[in-house]
Amino acid sequence: MAPILDINNLYKNYGATEILKDINISIEPGDFLVLVGPSGCGKSTLLNCIAGLEPITGGTLAIGGKDMTHVSPKDRDIAMVFQSYALYPTMSVAKNITFGMKVRGVDAATQEAKLKEVSSLLQIEQLLNRRPSQLSGGQRQRVAMGRALVRDPKLFLFDEPLSNLDAKLRVEMRTEIKKLHQTLDASIVYVTHDQIEAMTLATKIVVLKGGIVQQIGSPAEIYNNPANLFVADFMGSPAMNLIPARTERNGTGTHISIARDSGSPITLTDSRDLNLPQDVILGLRPEDIAEAGFRAGAGVQEAECLVDMVEPAGADTYVVSELGGKQVTARLHAETSAQAGEMLNLAFDMSKVSYFAKETGERLN
Amino acid sequence: MTDLSMPQTRTQSAMGKIALRWLLYVLLGLFALYYLMPLFVMLTTSLKSLEEIRTGSLMSLPREVSLDAWKTAWSGACTGIQCEGLRPYFWNSVLIAVPAVAISTLLGALNGYVVAQWRFKGANIIFSLMLFGCFIPFQVVLLPMARLLGIMGIAGTIPGLIFVHVIYGLGFTTLFFRNYYVTIPAELTKAARVDGAGFLRIFWSIFLPLSLPIIVVTVIWQFTQIWNDFLFGVSFSQAGTQPVTVALNNIVNSTTGVKEYNVDMAAAIIAGLPTLLVYVVAGKYFIRGLTAGSVKG
Repeated sequence: MAPILDINNLYKNYGATEILKDINISIEPGDFLVLVGPSGCGKSTLLNCIAGLEPITGGTLAIGGKDMTHVSPKDRDIAMVFQSYALYPTMSVAKNITFGMKVRGVDAATQEAKLKEVSSLLQIEQLLNRRPSQLSGGQRQRVAMGRALVRDPKLFLFDEPLSNLDAKLRVEMRTEIKKLHQTLDASIVYVTHDQIEAMTLATKIVVLKGGIVQQIGSPAEIYNNPANLFVADFMGSPAMNLIPARTERNGTGTHISIARDSGSPITLTDSRDLNLPQDVILGLRPEDIAEAGFRAGAGVQEAECLVDMVEPAGADTYVVSELGGKQVTARLHAETSAQAGEMLNLAFDMSKVSYFAKETGERLN
Repeated sequence: MTDLSMPQTRTQSAMGKIALRWLLYVLLGLFALYYLMPLFVMLTTSLKSLEEIRTGSLMSLPREVSLDAWKTAWSGACTGIQCEGLRPYFWNSVLIAVPAVAISTLLGALNGYVVAQWRFKGANIIFSLMLFGCFIPFQVVLLPMARLLGIMGIAGTIPGLIFVHVIYGLGFTTLFFRNYYVTIPAELTKAARVDGAGFLRIFWSIFLPLSLPIIVVTVIWQFTQIWNDFLFGVSFSQAGTQPVTVALNNIVNSTTGVKEYNVDMAAAIIAGLPTLLVYVVAGKYFIRGLTAGSVKG
């Protein structure tokens, strides 16, 4: 099957400033692609380019197998949901939803049927005669989605649709969007700066920074095998521990030693067959460091560490210890007896370690 | 100020506040009276007979109310050789003001929409140049405009005056609408474009319905400017196409012998009545609209 969206060597400049550089993305029908990155990374610009609201400087863009590089937004068979919802303020909810069909000359009976279908799907039937100003944030969000859904497009575009909602509502709407994606089997491109949103919603994630794609992959790939230090640090909360370490090859395995201010270095062994430079950055997620005895497996090794801080978070307790000059977080079970200022045996799951080059930040293993 | 805890000083300061408030109202009242004095004199004089004006005092109320002066001003007073009163010129003004206001407002809305929402290259320069037009003294453009009207073949006609007023109104109407539309999020236009609406459809279906407050402001502003205009009226009209302001001037200045103050006053009030009426009817929206653009809501 042809990819639903195919972007090749896309460039976007504003004057002399390069906003997007050599973007190559391709998604299959039914994919939920999330563009994620810090503010100013070009993710919204990329979405606007896909929508045709911004002309692109170079490269090509195809939607549903058809070249859309120079096609105007209305002919791209897309629908878009905006951060500010962008509901037409003087129109009722029903008119907002049917405006696009009216413009395209769809007959009244079809309009009515589609309106009915979508409003019942989103449970907004009782709001149809209201003005946008009489709606709450969550309701406006639903109407904005309704406006996109009636179009039944090849591709849905979402531009940070949840960032104007409060925390609780955001989680609710997130679940609903996910449900909607599953029931409709729609193809979606979704922009967010929230890495948790990206992880929970996506079937495919694109991490952007400074207009350059850092990594494309499934949420699990991005999370477990980040391509560089930026992705490792950006995705996951609390962030991945990134610890400067020295390596020494030992037969097929590798000795790793991590200096610390509070005493002698700790040494660990990675039994995988790796070819590493002497100085590396070692990346390990907080959940891959446990209290000794609570984690088993081939790669698990223990070391005694000085606990600097204990942060109970309900379901888990986070323990912070200084390693290699960094504050390293370990995710322990809630009933741990760890005390700040005392020594604690921690289990490091060496099979999960990522290594990054010290100079370039690129992944080494 | 230092002894807020002492109840006595507090009552004293409260009394002081009330006294200040009263002083304020009395002062405001005096200013209002002072400001309304000319209107009072105009109204009373227009209702007096010439005989009474000559013998009575300027400030006294009319002994006998007479509407003769109003009748004369409307349909009998002489402007030079014709003695038809203000009536034909009043309708000239209506024929000039109504289309000129409508066209300049509509064009201003379109201009503002383009400049604020379709950020094409050079949009800011074009807007600045239009703003420049707001600050050009009109005397400067009289000669070139006379030449242009001559070339276009509409010199001395009502369409010619409409043309002049539309041109010189555009700077302000564009400014008003641009500042209003700039507060409307650009995403609205984007959403409509994705929905398939074009340039004019978006303007007509989405922006124009939003614009009532600023339309009221612009209409009041333009109507007042155009109705009260004398310079263009006297420069670009000829016998038969003069607006009411020019006719008023002629009535007052062309009388020979006894000056008919009552007729002059009545004529002046008639000439000023439409703008007064517009303020009374739409003034509430005027204030609201003036502030609406500045605060994002």
